[in-house]
Amino acid sequence: MAKVLLKGNEALAEAALAAGCRFYSGYPITPQTEILEYLSWRMEEVGGEFIQAESELAGINMVLGAAAAGARALTTSSGPGFSLKQEGISYLVAADLPAVIVDVMRIGTGLGDIAQGQGDYWQLTRGGGHGDYHTLVLAPASVQENADMMAEAFDLAEKYRHPVLIASDAAIGQMIEAVEIPEFKEHDINKFDWTIKGCKKGTEQRKIQNVYYTHPDYEGYLTEKYRQMEQEQRYETVQVEDAELVLVAYGISSRVCRETVEIAREEGLKLGLIRPITLWPFPVKAFEEAKAARAFLTVEMNILGQMMDDVKLAVGSGYPVDHYGSIFEIPESDGIIAKAKEMLKKEGK
Amino acid sequence: MAKKEIICAGFGGQGVLTAGMLLINAGMEQDKNVLFYPSYGSEMRGGTAKCTVKISDGLIASPISKQPDILFTMNTPAIDKFEERLKPGGLLLVNSSIVPEDRTYREDIKVVKVPATDIAAEVANPKGANLVMLGALAAHSDLFSVEYMETAIVSFFEKKGKGKFNEKNVACYRRGVEGK
Repeated sequence: MAKVLLKGNEALAEAALAAGCRFYSGYPITPQTEILEYLSWRMEEVGGEFIQAESELAGINMVLGAAAAGARALTTSSGPGFSLKQEGISYLVAADLPAVIVDVMRIGTGLGDIAQGQGDYWQLTRGGGHGDYHTLVLAPASVQENADMMAEAFDLAEKYRHPVLIASDAAIGQMIEAVEIPEFKEHDINKFDWTIKGCKKGTEQRKIQNVYYTHPDYEGYLTEKYRQMEQEQRYETVQVEDAELVLVAYGISSRVCRETVEIAREEGLKLGLIRPITLWPFPVKAFEEAKAARAFLTVEMNILGQMMDDVKLAVGSGYPVDHYGSIFEIPESDGIIAKAKEMLKKEGK
Repeated sequence: MAKKEIICAGFGGQGVLTAGMLLINAGMEQDKNVLFYPSYGSEMRGGTAKCTVKISDGLIASPISKQPDILFTMNTPAIDKFEERLKPGGLLLVNSSIVPEDRTYREDIKVVKVPATDIAAEVANPKGANLVMLGALAAHSDLFSVEYMETAIVSFFEKKGKGKFNEKNVACYRRGVEGK
Protein backbone atom coordinates (compact mmCIF):
# COMPACT_ATOMS: atom_id res chain seq x y z
CA MET A 1 0.00 0.00 0.00
CA ALA A 2 1.25 3.48 -0.81
CA LYS A 3 2.17 5.94 1.89
CA VAL A 4 -0.27 8.65 2.85
CA LEU A 5 0.06 11.78 4.98
CA LEU A 6 -1.92 11.45 8.20
CA LYS A 7 -1.96 12.94 11.64
CA GLY A 8 -0.89 10.54 14.37
CA ASN A 9 -4.41 10.47 15.75
CA GLU A 10 -5.95 9.77 12.34
CA ALA A 11 -3.43 7.03 11.56
CA LEU A 12 -4.25 5.38 14.86
CA ALA A 13 -7.98 5.55 14.11
CA GLU A 14 -7.63 4.13 10.59
CA ALA A 15 -5.29 1.39 11.81
CA ALA A 16 -7.79 0.40 14.50
CA LEU A 17 -10.31 -0.22 11.72
CA ALA A 18 -7.69 -2.12 9.74
CA ALA A 19 -7.15 -4.31 12.82
CA GLY A 20 -10.84 -5.22 12.79
CA CYS A 21 -12.09 -2.76 15.41
CA ARG A 22 -15.78 -2.14 14.77
CA PHE A 23 -16.80 -0.54 18.05
CA TYR A 24 -15.74 2.80 19.41
CA SER A 25 -17.24 4.87 22.17
CA GLY A 26 -15.53 7.85 23.73
CA TYR A 27 -15.67 11.49 24.58
CA PRO A 28 -13.78 14.40 23.02
CA ILE A 29 -10.79 16.00 24.69
CA THR A 30 -7.78 17.73 23.15
CA PRO A 31 -5.27 16.48 22.00
CA GLN A 32 -7.01 13.25 20.96
CA THR A 33 -10.28 14.53 19.52
CA GLU A 34 -9.22 13.82 15.93
CA ILE A 35 -9.60 10.12 16.72
CA LEU A 36 -13.32 10.64 17.40
CA GLU A 37 -13.70 13.08 14.56
CA TYR A 38 -12.16 10.62 12.11
CA LEU A 39 -14.06 7.58 13.35
CA SER A 40 -17.36 9.50 13.45
CA TRP A 41 -17.54 9.28 9.63
CA ARG A 42 -15.12 6.48 8.84
CA MET A 43 -16.56 3.85 11.21
CA GLU A 44 -19.87 3.98 9.38
CA GLU A 45 -18.13 3.35 6.06
CA VAL A 46 -16.74 0.04 7.35
CA GLY A 47 -20.02 -0.97 8.96
CA GLY A 48 -19.05 -0.50 12.60
CA GLU A 49 -20.53 1.37 15.53
CA PHE A 50 -19.30 4.79 16.60
CA ILE A 51 -20.79 6.34 19.69
CA GLN A 52 -19.93 9.73 21.09
CA ALA A 53 -20.76 8.94 24.68
CA GLU A 54 -22.12 11.38 27.24
CA SER A 55 -18.98 10.95 29.32
CA GLU A 56 -15.71 9.05 29.51
CA LEU A 57 -17.32 6.66 31.99
CA ALA A 58 -20.07 5.78 29.56
CA GLY A 59 -17.44 5.40 26.84
CA ILE A 60 -15.31 2.86 28.68
CA ASN A 61 -18.30 0.93 30.00
CA MET A 62 -19.80 0.52 26.54
CA VAL A 63 -16.41 -0.80 25.47
CA LEU A 64 -16.70 -3.33 28.28
CA GLY A 65 -20.06 -4.45 26.92
CA ALA A 66 -18.79 -4.71 23.35
CA ALA A 67 -15.72 -6.64 24.49
CA ALA A 68 -17.92 -9.10 26.37
CA ALA A 69 -19.67 -9.78 23.07
CA GLY A 70 -16.35 -10.47 21.34
CA ALA A 71 -15.90 -7.22 19.41
CA ARG A 72 -12.61 -5.46 18.99
CA ALA A 73 -13.51 -2.38 21.01
CA LEU A 74 -11.61 0.87 21.40
CA THR A 75 -11.81 3.99 23.47
CA THR A 76 -9.41 6.91 23.67
CA SER A 77 -8.83 9.91 25.87
CA SER A 78 -6.24 12.19 27.40
CA GLY A 79 -5.25 13.47 30.85
CA PRO A 80 -8.34 14.14 32.97
CA GLY A 81 -10.51 12.06 30.66
CA PHE A 82 -8.14 9.13 30.94
CA SER A 83 -8.42 9.32 34.74
CA LEU A 84 -12.19 8.97 34.43
CA LYS A 85 -11.68 5.72 32.51
CA GLN A 86 -9.70 4.05 35.27
CA GLU A 87 -12.69 2.51 37.00
CA GLY A 88 -13.77 0.90 33.74
CA ILE A 89 -10.26 -0.37 33.02
CA SER A 90 -10.15 -1.97 36.46
CA TYR A 91 -13.51 -3.63 35.69
CA LEU A 92 -12.26 -4.86 32.29
CA VAL A 93 -9.28 -6.48 34.03
CA ALA A 94 -11.51 -8.07 36.65
CA ALA A 95 -13.80 -9.48 33.98
CA ASP A 96 -10.90 -10.84 31.86
CA LEU A 97 -11.94 -8.76 28.88
CA PRO A 98 -9.77 -7.58 25.98
CA ALA A 99 -9.98 -3.95 24.89
CA VAL A 100 -7.65 -1.22 23.73
CA ILE A 101 -7.55 2.12 25.52
CA VAL A 102 -5.42 4.96 24.18
CA ASP A 103 -4.06 7.80 26.31
CA VAL A 104 -2.82 10.65 24.13
CA MET A 105 -0.88 12.21 26.99
CA ARG A 106 -1.06 15.91 27.65
CA ILE A 107 0.73 18.06 30.14
CA GLY A 108 -0.05 18.42 33.76
CA THR A 109 -1.92 17.41 36.85
CA GLY A 110 -5.59 18.25 37.31
CA LEU A 111 -6.91 19.89 34.17
CA GLY A 112 -3.35 20.56 33.00
CA ASP A 113 -3.22 21.89 29.48
CA ILE A 114 -3.33 20.63 25.93
CA ALA A 115 0.42 20.61 25.18
CA GLN A 116 2.37 17.37 24.94
CA GLY A 117 3.43 15.62 28.15
CA GLN A 118 4.56 12.27 29.53
CA GLY A 119 3.21 12.62 33.02
CA ASP A 120 0.89 9.61 33.04
CA TYR A 121 3.66 7.00 33.28
CA TRP A 122 2.83 5.91 36.80
CA GLN A 123 -0.90 5.82 36.08
CA LEU A 124 -0.32 3.77 32.94
CA THR A 125 2.16 1.28 34.36
CA ARG A 126 1.04 0.81 37.97
CA GLY A 127 -2.58 -0.06 37.33
CA GLY A 128 -4.27 3.33 37.29
CA GLY A 129 -7.50 2.21 38.91
CA HIS A 130 -8.30 0.45 42.15
CA GLY A 131 -7.28 -3.10 42.85
CA ASP A 132 -4.47 -5.45 42.08
CA TYR A 133 -3.48 -5.36 38.44
CA HIS A 134 -1.20 -4.26 35.65
CA THR A 135 -2.10 -3.70 32.03
CA LEU A 136 0.18 -4.12 29.04
CA VAL A 137 1.27 -0.69 27.80
CA LEU A 138 2.67 0.04 24.33
CA ALA A 139 4.40 3.34 23.60
CA PRO A 140 4.57 4.44 19.94
CA ALA A 141 7.18 7.01 18.85
CA SER A 142 5.95 7.91 15.38
CA VAL A 143 2.82 8.15 13.27
CA GLN A 144 3.77 4.83 11.62
CA GLU A 145 4.04 3.15 15.01
CA ASN A 146 0.71 4.65 16.05
CA ALA A 147 -0.69 2.67 13.13
CA ASP A 148 1.40 -0.49 13.56
CA MET A 149 0.68 -0.87 17.26
CA MET A 150 -3.09 -1.03 16.94
CA ALA A 151 -3.22 -4.57 15.56
CA GLU A 152 -0.55 -5.65 18.02
CA ALA A 153 -2.52 -4.14 20.91
CA PHE A 154 -5.70 -5.98 19.93
CA ASP A 155 -3.79 -9.24 19.41
CA LEU A 156 -2.18 -8.97 22.84
CA ALA A 157 -5.48 -8.00 24.45
CA GLU A 158 -7.14 -11.13 23.08
CA LYS A 159 -4.17 -13.38 23.78
CA TYR A 160 -4.40 -12.56 27.49
CA ARG A 161 -8.07 -11.48 27.69
CA HIS A 162 -6.81 -8.27 29.22
CA PRO A 163 -7.00 -4.57 28.38
CA VAL A 164 -4.00 -3.09 26.58
CA LEU A 165 -3.12 0.58 26.86
CA ILE A 166 -1.41 2.70 24.24
CA ALA A 167 0.68 5.56 25.63
CA SER A 168 0.74 8.10 22.84
CA ASP A 169 1.26 11.80 23.43
CA ALA A 170 0.11 15.11 22.01
CA ALA A 171 3.17 15.48 19.79
CA ILE A 172 2.69 12.10 18.12
CA GLY A 173 -1.06 12.61 17.98
CA GLN A 174 -0.86 16.01 16.32
CA MET A 175 2.09 15.58 13.96
CA ILE A 176 1.67 14.53 10.36
CA GLU A 177 4.06 12.00 8.82
CA ALA A 178 4.00 9.66 5.86
CA VAL A 179 2.42 6.41 6.94
CA GLU A 180 1.50 3.05 5.47
CA ILE A 181 -1.72 1.77 6.97
CA PRO A 182 -1.57 -1.99 7.61
CA GLU A 183 -3.80 -4.25 5.53
CA PHE A 184 -7.41 -4.62 6.61
CA LYS A 185 -8.21 -7.79 8.56
CA GLU A 186 -11.62 -9.19 9.36
CA HIS A 187 -12.37 -9.90 13.00
CA ASP A 188 -14.94 -12.62 13.75
CA ILE A 189 -16.74 -11.68 16.96
CA ASN A 190 -17.92 -15.27 17.31
CA LYS A 191 -14.51 -16.86 17.31
CA PHE A 192 -14.06 -17.07 21.09
CA ASP A 193 -15.56 -19.66 23.44
CA TRP A 194 -16.05 -17.16 26.24
CA THR A 195 -18.14 -14.39 24.71
CA ILE A 196 -21.74 -13.82 25.71
CA LYS A 197 -24.33 -13.44 22.97
CA GLY A 198 -27.58 -14.85 24.23
CA CYS A 199 -28.06 -18.37 25.53
CA LYS A 200 -30.35 -20.84 23.81
CA LYS A 201 -32.25 -23.25 26.03
CA GLY A 202 -30.19 -26.34 26.68
CA THR A 203 -26.86 -24.79 25.82
CA GLU A 204 -24.19 -24.09 28.38
CA GLN A 205 -24.50 -20.71 30.04
CA ARG A 206 -21.53 -18.37 29.74
CA LYS A 207 -20.83 -15.62 32.22
CA ILE A 208 -18.68 -12.52 32.24
CA GLN A 209 -18.06 -11.88 35.90
CA ASN A 210 -16.31 -9.47 38.16
CA VAL A 211 -14.73 -12.25 40.22
CA TYR A 212 -14.44 -15.82 38.91
CA TYR A 213 -15.48 -17.55 42.16
CA THR A 214 -15.95 -20.82 40.39
CA HIS A 215 -12.39 -20.98 38.99
CA PRO A 216 -10.70 -24.05 40.52
CA ASP A 217 -7.43 -22.14 41.10
CA TYR A 218 -8.18 -18.44 40.65
CA GLU A 219 -5.03 -17.26 42.45
CA GLY A 220 -2.84 -19.55 40.42
CA TYR A 221 -4.56 -18.54 37.21
CA LEU A 222 -4.02 -14.83 37.81
CA THR A 223 -0.42 -15.30 38.96
CA GLU A 224 0.39 -17.27 35.83
CA LYS A 225 -1.39 -14.73 33.59
CA TYR A 226 0.78 -11.88 34.88
CA ARG A 227 3.92 -14.04 34.76
CA GLN A 228 3.28 -14.69 31.07
CA MET A 229 2.45 -11.08 30.32
CA GLU A 230 5.72 -10.05 31.94
CA GLN A 231 7.53 -11.90 29.13
CA GLU A 232 6.09 -9.53 26.51
CA GLN A 233 8.95 -7.06 26.86
CA ARG A 234 9.58 -5.01 23.75
CA TYR A 235 12.33 -2.49 23.34
CA GLU A 236 14.87 -0.98 21.01
CA THR A 237 18.50 -0.23 21.83
CA VAL A 238 20.82 2.24 20.13
CA GLN A 239 24.59 1.83 20.67
CA VAL A 240 24.12 0.59 24.24
CA GLU A 241 26.93 -2.01 24.27
CA ASP A 242 29.86 0.42 24.77
CA ALA A 243 27.92 3.37 26.17
CA GLU A 244 29.27 5.03 29.30
CA LEU A 245 25.92 6.58 30.00
CA VAL A 246 22.66 5.12 28.80
CA LEU A 247 19.64 7.29 28.12
CA VAL A 248 16.26 5.71 28.76
CA ALA A 249 13.33 7.28 26.96
CA TYR A 250 10.07 6.32 25.28
CA GLY A 251 7.66 7.93 22.85
CA ILE A 252 8.49 11.35 21.45
CA SER A 253 11.41 11.78 23.87
CA SER A 254 13.06 8.63 22.50
CA ARG A 255 13.16 10.15 19.02
CA VAL A 256 15.07 13.12 20.36
CA CYS A 257 17.42 10.81 22.32
CA ARG A 258 18.29 8.85 19.19
CA GLU A 259 19.59 12.11 17.73
CA THR A 260 21.26 12.96 21.05
CA VAL A 261 23.29 9.73 20.92
CA GLU A 262 24.44 10.58 17.41
CA ILE A 263 25.45 14.15 18.29
CA ALA A 264 27.18 13.09 21.52
CA ARG A 265 29.23 10.41 19.76
CA GLU A 266 30.39 12.90 17.15
CA GLU A 267 32.04 14.78 19.98
CA GLY A 268 33.43 11.61 21.58
CA LEU A 269 30.86 11.18 24.33
CA LYS A 270 29.70 7.57 24.42
CA LEU A 271 25.97 7.68 24.97
CA GLY A 272 23.50 4.93 24.21
CA LEU A 273 19.73 4.65 24.30
CA ILE A 274 17.30 2.10 25.67
CA ARG A 275 13.86 2.80 24.32
CA PRO A 276 11.11 0.86 26.08
CA ILE A 277 8.36 -0.01 23.61
CA THR A 278 6.39 -1.78 26.34
CA LEU A 279 6.22 0.43 29.42
CA TRP A 280 4.65 -2.49 31.29
CA PRO A 281 6.21 -4.95 31.31
CA PHE A 282 9.26 -2.72 31.63
CA PRO A 283 11.99 -4.12 29.34
CA VAL A 284 14.41 -5.22 32.05
CA LYS A 285 16.13 -7.51 29.51
CA ALA A 286 17.39 -4.51 27.53
CA PHE A 287 19.66 -3.46 30.40
CA GLU A 288 21.75 -6.64 30.01
CA GLU A 289 23.26 -4.99 26.93
CA ALA A 290 24.52 -2.03 28.97
CA LYS A 291 27.84 -3.65 29.84
CA ALA A 292 29.98 -0.49 29.95
CA ALA A 293 27.43 1.81 31.52
CA ARG A 294 28.39 3.89 34.54
CA ALA A 295 25.14 5.80 34.83
CA PHE A 296 21.58 5.93 33.52
CA LEU A 297 19.56 9.00 32.61
CA THR A 298 15.85 8.96 31.87
CA VAL A 299 14.51 11.62 29.51
CA GLU A 300 10.82 12.27 30.05
CA MET A 301 8.39 15.15 29.69
CA ASN A 302 7.56 15.34 33.38
CA ILE A 303 9.26 16.83 36.42
CA LEU A 304 9.36 13.82 38.73
CA GLY A 305 11.20 11.43 36.45
CA GLN A 306 8.55 8.77 36.87
CA MET A 307 10.39 6.11 34.86
CA MET A 308 13.44 6.30 37.16
CA ASP A 309 11.69 3.86 39.52
CA ASP A 310 11.68 1.17 36.85
CA VAL A 311 15.24 1.88 35.74
CA LYS A 312 16.45 1.59 39.34
CA LEU A 313 14.68 -1.74 39.69
CA ALA A 314 16.25 -2.93 36.45
CA VAL A 315 19.86 -1.90 37.18
CA GLY A 316 20.01 -2.38 40.94
CA SER A 317 21.59 -0.10 43.49
CA GLY A 318 25.09 0.07 42.02
CA TYR A 319 24.41 2.79 39.46
CA PRO A 320 23.41 6.41 39.65
CA VAL A 321 20.08 7.03 37.95
CA ASP A 322 18.93 10.55 37.23
CA HIS A 323 16.33 12.32 35.16
CA TYR A 324 16.32 15.00 32.49
CA GLY A 325 12.85 16.41 32.47
CA SER A 326 10.91 19.06 30.73
CA ILE A 327 7.35 20.26 30.84
CA PHE A 328 5.72 22.27 28.07
CA GLU A 329 8.77 21.69 25.84
CA ILE A 330 9.93 18.57 24.05
CA PRO A 331 13.42 17.76 25.40
CA GLU A 332 16.38 18.94 23.33
CA SER A 333 19.70 17.26 22.64
CA ASP A 334 21.99 20.01 23.94
CA GLY A 335 20.29 19.99 27.34
CA ILE A 336 20.41 16.20 27.54
CA ILE A 337 24.12 16.13 26.62
CA ALA A 338 24.94 18.79 29.25
CA LYS A 339 23.12 16.75 31.90
CA ALA A 340 24.88 13.54 30.81
CA LYS A 341 28.30 15.21 31.05
CA GLU A 342 27.48 16.54 34.49
CA MET A 343 26.48 13.05 35.66
CA LEU A 344 29.62 11.44 34.29
CA LYS A 345 31.79 14.14 35.84
CA LYS A 346 30.22 13.51 39.20
CA GLU A 347 31.10 9.85 38.76
CA GLY A 348 34.74 10.92 38.33
CA LYS A 349 36.95 8.20 36.85
CA MET B 1 19.55 18.53 0.64
CA ALA B 2 20.14 16.26 3.62
CA LYS B 3 17.80 17.90 6.09
CA LYS B 4 15.74 21.08 6.00
CA GLU B 5 13.58 22.70 8.63
CA ILE B 6 10.97 25.24 7.66
CA ILE B 7 8.58 27.31 9.73
CA CYS B 8 5.51 28.60 7.87
CA ALA B 9 3.50 31.31 9.60
CA GLY B 10 0.90 33.94 8.82
CA PHE B 11 -2.75 34.81 9.40
CA GLY B 12 -5.26 31.98 9.49
CA GLY B 13 -6.73 31.75 5.97
CA GLN B 14 -3.55 32.72 4.11
CA GLY B 15 -2.84 29.09 3.28
CA VAL B 16 0.11 28.68 5.59
CA LEU B 17 -0.85 25.16 6.68
CA THR B 18 -1.61 24.17 3.08
CA ALA B 19 1.86 25.41 2.11
CA GLY B 20 3.31 23.13 4.80
CA MET B 21 1.27 20.20 3.52
CA LEU B 22 2.40 20.89 -0.06
CA LEU B 23 6.02 20.81 1.10
CA ILE B 24 5.78 17.50 2.99
CA ASN B 25 3.76 15.95 0.18
CA ALA B 26 6.52 16.92 -2.25
CA GLY B 27 9.07 15.41 0.14
CA MET B 28 7.10 12.20 0.62
CA GLU B 29 6.80 11.66 -3.13
CA GLN B 30 10.61 11.77 -3.27
CA ASP B 31 10.71 9.08 -0.54
CA LYS B 32 12.12 11.45 2.03
CA ASN B 33 11.21 11.42 5.70
CA VAL B 34 8.78 14.23 6.37
CA LEU B 35 7.13 15.73 9.42
CA PHE B 36 4.51 18.46 9.82
CA TYR B 37 3.68 19.85 13.24
CA PRO B 38 0.87 22.39 13.52
CA SER B 39 0.44 24.79 16.38
CA TYR B 40 -2.85 23.75 17.86
CA GLY B 41 -5.11 24.93 20.61
CA SER B 42 -7.24 27.93 21.27
CA GLU B 43 -6.55 29.79 18.03
CA MET B 44 -9.08 32.25 16.66
CA ARG B 45 -10.21 33.15 13.16
CA GLY B 46 -7.86 35.80 11.81
CA GLY B 47 -5.29 34.80 14.41
CA THR B 48 -1.91 33.25 13.80
CA ALA B 49 -1.48 30.03 11.87
CA LYS B 50 1.83 28.25 12.08
CA CYS B 51 3.35 24.93 11.23
CA THR B 52 6.80 23.40 11.42
CA VAL B 53 7.93 21.29 8.49
CA LYS B 54 10.93 18.97 8.41
CA ILE B 55 12.14 17.15 5.32
CA SER B 56 15.12 14.84 5.62
CA ASP B 57 17.00 11.95 4.06
CA GLY B 58 17.61 10.62 7.57
CA LEU B 59 15.38 10.07 10.59
CA ILE B 60 13.62 13.10 12.01
CA ALA B 61 13.89 13.55 15.78
CA SER B 62 11.84 16.32 17.36
CA PRO B 63 8.81 17.97 15.75
CA ILE B 64 10.11 21.29 17.09
CA SER B 65 12.45 23.51 15.07
CA LYS B 66 14.71 25.59 17.25
CA GLN B 67 16.72 26.93 14.32
CA PRO B 68 14.92 26.65 10.98
CA ASP B 69 16.71 26.88 7.61
CA ILE B 70 13.79 28.64 5.97
CA LEU B 71 11.11 30.99 7.26
CA PHE B 72 8.00 31.20 5.12
CA THR B 73 6.15 34.24 6.48
CA MET B 74 2.92 35.72 5.19
CA ASN B 75 2.55 38.67 7.58
CA THR B 76 4.44 40.99 9.94
CA PRO B 77 3.71 39.21 13.26
CA ALA B 78 5.22 36.03 11.81
CA ILE B 79 8.50 37.85 11.09
CA ASP B 80 8.44 39.49 14.54
CA LYS B 81 8.08 36.11 16.14
CA PHE B 82 10.44 33.90 14.15
CA GLU B 83 13.15 35.99 12.45
CA GLU B 84 15.38 35.71 15.50
CA ARG B 85 15.34 31.91 15.31
CA LEU B 86 16.39 31.63 11.67
CA LYS B 87 19.72 29.92 11.09
CA PRO B 88 22.54 32.32 10.09
CA GLY B 89 22.56 32.31 6.29
CA GLY B 90 18.98 31.09 6.30
CA LEU B 91 16.23 32.20 3.93
CA LEU B 92 13.44 34.55 5.01
CA LEU B 93 10.52 34.83 2.61
CA VAL B 94 8.51 38.02 3.09
CA ASN B 95 5.09 38.85 1.73
CA SER B 96 5.88 42.44 0.71
CA SER B 97 2.24 43.18 -0.16
CA ILE B 98 1.46 43.60 3.52
CA VAL B 99 4.83 43.91 5.29
CA PRO B 100 6.05 47.57 5.39
CA GLU B 101 8.76 48.37 2.84
CA ASP B 102 10.95 50.17 5.42
CA ARG B 103 11.21 47.20 7.76
CA THR B 104 14.81 46.22 8.55
CA TYR B 105 16.07 42.67 8.80
CA ARG B 106 19.02 40.72 10.25
CA GLU B 107 22.21 41.21 8.25
CA ASP B 108 23.24 37.53 8.32
CA ILE B 109 20.23 36.10 6.49
CA LYS B 110 18.92 36.15 2.95
CA VAL B 111 15.66 38.08 2.64
CA VAL B 112 13.45 37.56 -0.41
CA LYS B 113 10.48 39.91 -0.76
CA VAL B 114 7.54 38.91 -2.93
CA PRO B 115 4.27 40.84 -3.26
CA ALA B 116 2.37 37.57 -2.88
CA THR B 117 -1.05 38.95 -1.97
CA ASP B 118 -0.98 41.44 -4.90
CA ILE B 119 0.20 38.84 -7.40
CA ALA B 120 -2.52 36.41 -6.31
CA ALA B 121 -5.11 39.16 -6.79
CA GLU B 122 -3.73 40.00 -10.26
CA VAL B 123 -3.99 36.35 -11.28
CA ALA B 124 -7.58 36.35 -9.94
CA ASN B 125 -6.67 33.60 -7.50
CA PRO B 126 -6.71 35.41 -4.14
CA LYS B 127 -6.31 32.16 -2.19
CA GLY B 128 -3.11 31.43 -4.13
CA ALA B 129 -0.80 33.84 -2.27
CA ASN B 130 0.75 30.87 -0.51
CA LEU B 131 1.60 29.34 -3.90
CA VAL B 132 3.30 32.56 -4.97
CA MET B 133 5.43 32.26 -1.84
CA LEU B 134 6.16 28.60 -2.62
CA GLY B 135 7.39 29.66 -6.05
CA ALA B 136 9.82 32.06 -4.39
CA LEU B 137 10.86 29.34 -1.95
CA ALA B 138 11.63 26.90 -4.76
CA ALA B 139 13.55 29.54 -6.72
CA HIS B 140 15.70 30.67 -3.80
CA SER B 141 16.44 27.41 -1.97
CA ASP B 142 17.80 23.99 -2.87
CA LEU B 143 14.86 22.24 -1.21
CA PHE B 144 13.23 21.15 -4.46
CA SER B 145 13.84 22.12 -8.05
CA VAL B 146 11.45 24.72 -9.45
CA GLU B 147 10.04 22.15 -11.92
CA TYR B 148 9.59 19.40 -9.34
CA MET B 149 7.79 21.66 -6.85
CA GLU B 150 5.33 22.67 -9.58
CA THR B 151 4.60 19.04 -10.45
CA ALA B 152 4.13 18.21 -6.78
CA ILE B 153 1.69 21.10 -6.28
CA VAL B 154 -0.35 20.01 -9.29
CA SER B 155 -0.53 16.40 -8.14
CA PHE B 156 -1.42 17.45 -4.57
CA PHE B 157 -4.51 19.35 -5.71
CA GLU B 158 -5.44 16.66 -8.21
CA LYS B 159 -5.40 14.04 -5.46
CA LYS B 160 -7.69 16.27 -3.45
CA GLY B 161 -10.14 16.53 -6.34
CA LYS B 162 -9.26 20.19 -6.86
CA GLY B 163 -7.41 19.78 -10.14
CA LYS B 164 -9.66 22.32 -11.89
CA PHE B 165 -7.91 25.13 -9.98
CA ASN B 166 -4.48 24.03 -11.09
CA GLU B 167 -4.19 26.40 -14.04
CA LYS B 168 -4.56 29.42 -11.77
CA ASN B 169 -2.51 27.78 -9.06
CA VAL B 170 0.35 27.22 -11.46
CA ALA B 171 0.04 30.82 -12.63
CA CYS B 172 0.50 31.98 -9.02
CA TYR B 173 3.40 29.62 -8.48
CA ARG B 174 5.25 30.72 -11.63
CA ARG B 175 4.85 34.40 -10.76
CA GLY B 176 6.40 33.53 -7.39
CA VAL B 177 9.33 31.87 -9.12
CA GLU B 178 9.85 35.09 -11.10
CA GLY B 179 9.43 37.06 -7.89
CA LYS B 180 7.22 39.74 -9.40
